[in-house]
Amino acid sequence: MWELINQNRQRSLILFIIMGLCLLLLGSVIGNYYAGRDGWAFGIMLALLIWIIMSLVSFFSGDKIILAISHAKKVTPQIHPQLFNIVEEMKISAGLPKIPNIYIIPEKAPNAFATGRSPQNSSIVVTAGLLERLNRDELQGVIAHETGHILNRDILYMTFSGVLLGSIVILSHGFLRSLWFSGGGRSRRSSSRSGGGQAQIIFLVVSIVFAVLAPILARLLYLSISRKREYLADATAVRLTRYPEGLASALEKISQNTYELPAANKATAGLYIVNPLLKAGKSLSNLSSTHPPIDERIRILRNISNGANYKNYNDAYNKLYSKGNLITPIIPASGLNDPHKVPLKQKVAPAEERSARSQKKGVEDLIRAVEKYYFIPCDCGLNIKVPPDYTNSTIACPKCDRIWPVPAVLPDILKNNLSPQKQQQTAKEKLEPFVYHRKGKNWESFQCTCGAVKQLSPSFNKSSFECNHCGRRIIIKSEAE
Amino acid sequence: MIVPIILLFLVILLVFAVIGNYNALIGLRNQVSNAWSQIDVQLKRRHDLIPNLVETAKGYMKHERETLTGITEARSKAMGADSVSEKAKAESALNGAMNKFFLVVENYPDLKANQNFLAVQEELTSTENKIAFARQSYNDQVLFFNNKIQMFPSNIIANMFNFKAGVFFELENAAERAVPKVDFS
Repeated sequence: MWELINQNRQRSLILFIIMGLCLLLLGSVIGNYYAGRDGWAFGIMLALLIWIIMSLVSFFSGDKIILAISHAKKVTPQIHPQLFNIVEEMKISAGLPKIPNIYIIPEKAPNAFATGRSPQNSSIVVTAGLLERLNRDELQGVIAHETGHILNRDILYMTFSGVLLGSIVILSHGFLRSLWFSGGGRSRRSSSRSGGGQAQIIFLVVSIVFAVLAPILARLLYLSISRKREYLADATAVRLTRYPEGLASALEKISQNTYELPAANKATAGLYIVNPLLKAGKSLSNLSSTHPPIDERIRILRNISNGANYKNYNDAYNKLYSKGNLITPIIPASGLNDPHKVPLKQKVAPAEERSARSQKKGVEDLIRAVEKYYFIPCDCGLNIKVPPDYTNSTIACPKCDRIWPVPAVLPDILKNNLSPQKQQQTAKEKLEPFVYHRKGKNWESFQCTCGAVKQLSPSFNKSSFECNHCGRRIIIKSEAE
Repeated sequence: MIVPIILLFLVILLVFAVIGNYNALIGLRNQVSNAWSQIDVQLKRRHDLIPNLVETAKGYMKHERETLTGITEARSKAMGADSVSEKAKAESALNGAMNKFFLVVENYPDLKANQNFLAVQEELTSTENKIAFARQSYNDQVLFFNNKIQMFPSNIIANMFNFKAGVFFELENAAERAVPKVDFS
């Protein structure tokens, strides 16, 4: 396992160095063009400076920037306990030192990505649409894929090489622009110097060609590595869950998606588990795609037999796609020597799918929960959704007109910045008794306005009680009375 | 003069080899116990969840007293188990009881729709997954440790300081744990 990570790391490093050399060469060409024969050193310095600054920024806050432009919101376990459970399961399975931070993007398109600096400092991001559309096994597959990116140290290198690529593109773009507008300003400046008019024209052509080619080359390099990483993360996911069918059917569901993900753009598309830009995700593989075609990934996953090893994944790939006797290793060699025999989990019939309507409702509720709406379950069965900026102290149910108190203090799980003492004070001051209508004599769960849940047993027959959490007095009336 | 120097040198070499091997053994043994504590946490968590499950189910399943007491008994037995092998045995029995319970639950759609029940069920599923994943890494560590104890030359040191081989944590009814198919035709 460790060797595999190291090899993946070395590969990233080589890519990184080649791209870095590309940048420096570009810098020297530009410097040479502007400041004459001795300008190359200046150009290299400039390119280095840009690179260092951008790398420092991306190292210390790259993940924060990515999370911010993706509109990802950090959430508490109460919003989706299952997601938190699954992430913890994968943490145990992968032996990560710490549970990754968990974010949700309040969007309907199903997708996910991972970012961060190291396994100690990583984040997993999923969209609300993903959580509602997938069942438990499928969600586990997706989370395992993202854990794979974290485990294989893809997250840091993808951020870094993305930044490097960005620097190259900016430099060459700026250079070509300035050429266009200055219209060969250099020839005027250097005309006083003696000789070599022809050599200069040749040199100009060479620098232009290089400035055009550098970003394209760098991009192709970046993309080819990014595609291989997706395969590797898929293989890791299989190894972690021992259940390829989960990830396969998750990918299938994600590929059937018709919603746009406005939070994604060209720069962040490579991070997601499936390309979020709809058109690009469905086309065949070509040199400029960030991901391998999704059908291919699904087919490989469904053809895995004998075990959940890295080697088993590679075998499945070769069975499907090797041309003739040529065996293409898509997994680094050390992964193939993995001595562990990992048995596959038995395939189980998937649970009943929820109806499309209930899924749609679920997504909307989840998005509201992430955006900190407050829910009040009304006796008529309606769930009243109170927006976070609602200021009145009561709200009427839109369906049956029952009046409900809106909690003055939102559940403390949402407001961690208040000290517990202060919370209790503010809560106690404003708490009026609350009337709960009991439906019958069976078990009932009552949710207090502070968010705490109390179970009422059939034998419970007091006329009132105090909420354990906020101390509010709850008066119980039977529905029959 | 040279012979005693060589002898001294050999003795020093031997001492270092013993120290090195001993430390490696201790390190591995600690890793095994660390991996075990990961499992133990999850087993305890499961034991804490089961009363909640039974409490919720009681109201709905008045005629399934036997199944419920079966779970409660298996749980208290599992909590009393001490050694790894005893625990493996008791947990297997508990698994069997739980499977029986979840089969019966299929007949109670009201219970299956109860929010509280669903929450506890999710927690139990997750805990079982965590046990399974932690078990994998524990067994890996035990394998490393046992290899070290049995292989030459570290086996001599292991014998000298009386290191005992680790016990694998195997749940017996792995086949039964898959959800059985119910045929309604």
